[in-house]
Amino acid sequence: MLRFVAIRVGRAALTIVLVVTFAFVVLRLSGDPALIIMSPDAPAEAIAAFRHAYGLDLPIWQQYLHYFGAVAQGDMGQSMRDGRSALTVVAERIPATLALTVTALLLKLCIGIPSGIFAALHRNGWIDRAVMALATAGFTVPSFVLGLVLVLVFSVQLRWLPSGGQESWSSVVLPVITLGAGGAAILARFTRSAMLEVLGQPYIRAASAKGVPWHTVVRRHALPNAAIPTVTIVGFMVGSLIAGAVVVESVFSWPGVGRLLVIAVSNRDLAVVQTILLLVASTMVCSNLVVDLLYGVLDPRLRVVTK
Amino acid sequence: MGLTVVPSASPLIRISGLSVAFNGTPALLGIDLTVGAGETLGLVGESGCGKSVTWLAVLGLLPNSATVGGSATLDGRELVGAPASVLERVRGGRVAMIFQDPASALNPVHRIGRQVSEAVTLHRGLSGGAATAEALRLLDEVGIPDARNRMTAYPHEMSGGQNQRVMIATALAGRPELLIADEPTTALDVTIQAQILDLLRRLQREHGMALVLISHDLGVVAEMCERVCVMYAGRIVEEAQAGALFAGPRHPYTTGLMGALPPLTGPRLRLTAIPGRVPEPWAMPPGCAFAPRCPKRIEACDVSVPNLRGEDRRVACIRAAA
Repeated sequence: MLRFVAIRVGRAALTIVLVVTFAFVVLRLSGDPALIIMSPDAPAEAIAAFRHAYGLDLPIWQQYLHYFGAVAQGDMGQSMRDGRSALTVVAERIPATLALTVTALLLKLCIGIPSGIFAALHRNGWIDRAVMALATAGFTVPSFVLGLVLVLVFSVQLRWLPSGGQESWSSVVLPVITLGAGGAAILARFTRSAMLEVLGQPYIRAASAKGVPWHTVVRRHALPNAAIPTVTIVGFMVGSLIAGAVVVESVFSWPGVGRLLVIAVSNRDLAVVQTILLLVASTMVCSNLVVDLLYGVLDPRLRVVTK
Repeated sequence: MGLTVVPSASPLIRISGLSVAFNGTPALLGIDLTVGAGETLGLVGESGCGKSVTWLAVLGLLPNSATVGGSATLDGRELVGAPASVLERVRGGRVAMIFQDPASALNPVHRIGRQVSEAVTLHRGLSGGAATAEALRLLDEVGIPDARNRMTAYPHEMSGGQNQRVMIATALAGRPELLIADEPTTALDVTIQAQILDLLRRLQREHGMALVLISHDLGVVAEMCERVCVMYAGRIVEEAQAGALFAGPRHPYTTGLMGALPPLTGPRLRLTAIPGRVPEPWAMPPGCAFAPRCPKRIEACDVSVPNLRGEDRRVACIRAAA
């Protein structure tokens, strides 16, 4: 078991290193932050001083080593925008993002999983068809389109809800629905097919043949088995809690990490972008790790044999 | 006024005119069959002939896409179309069923002990420690070695034979009057097969329950059963006492089946395969379903479906000497 965890943790760390390296190289190849932040008309000395201050005048491999050394000590560097610690700049945006993404995740779980189960239990009935039609619509409509349509209907026409900002609880409603719809649709489809797969297994018929009432068969025999594939997709959703709202935050001008990322990328605010990417990679990798461990809890066949 | 004589051998289960269609395609075309208390009945035929479907239909275990017609009564109470609450008490209670592939008939995420005690709880009203103790006793009874420790094992940690023993223990939990064993040894090694059949025979004797053995293995049926029904394409084509059937099959299909078995004694003979194949359910011939493959076919065979005739020994063939 320890060996299993150690291997997974090692692999997770490697993934994070690769992501950070990739981001580092691409960002540095795609534009000079000094020219963007200082404006190209700034005096050459000022630009040179800026480059020197942030170590941008060093060869890229030296910059990389410096950066890595600093990250290893927990120093993410400073924002080139306002000189504050990049970690602080990112961290103060996290609560706003989580307010959206966690609420949206709950929405996805509460709608997606039950409707998937329900559809599977009424396979080919009108309920199933209705759920699947909605689900198809849910994940084919891009979130920026859905967001704008919701704004048009509920903010512009009906004037029920604000179209953006973070003034009151009601500001959360439209972004959360926009964020949650696609995920709920994906979960519904996944849960449905997982349930159908499980309901066709011989042990389901065998449980009925034992005299187990149907609702207990579903709850005790089908759901725990169907949970295994569903957990994978939920894990992916948990992993994207930090950065899953880039588009929606932009549409609703929500002051979260996603909008910060868009701004930081266009400004070539390297330290901030790298911090966000590191954070995103870490959450994704951690949630994958948890999913891997959960598989073993849910399915004894996947449990590592300890001898 | 004389005394009314109650027939002493009133059957435990009486199936009459049972038919099943899946999405309009017929799979079972009118089955008449009885099983008496304590009796051992064999049901043989090729895969897809309706052996399993018959019993799944009786217990209401077919999917919603199946349309079930006719009647099946347990001690006179109708099971076809009975409400779920009635069927749930019958299933695993008065009539238990075990399946072909024990490894996939057990839930992979539940421990063995829990799967057995679930049935104990449902049908015996025991719970907690009492249910666990009874589950342990059942596992012991079916010959699981070191049953106490195996209670916490998962199905994938057991062999196929052991899993089938677990299924049998689960089936015994409700003290059934009838056990339906659907190809119980098909997925097992030959040596394990013999052990499982011995176990079934012993349990049947000790519990006095009736046993329906569904099999395509004539050898197994000959060894285990008192009475045998041969099925072909959704119908029973011959029914007889096992000894009589194997001594002199009357339906050409039964004859064909036996011709495909190697004799253990006497000179080496070429095995005879039945030519052709089973008709597809949506393209059944108008007359006898076996006629296209039958060596004794005459014109009349294609006119109408032959009825199952006879009293003790029944044959559905106009060419058979009744």
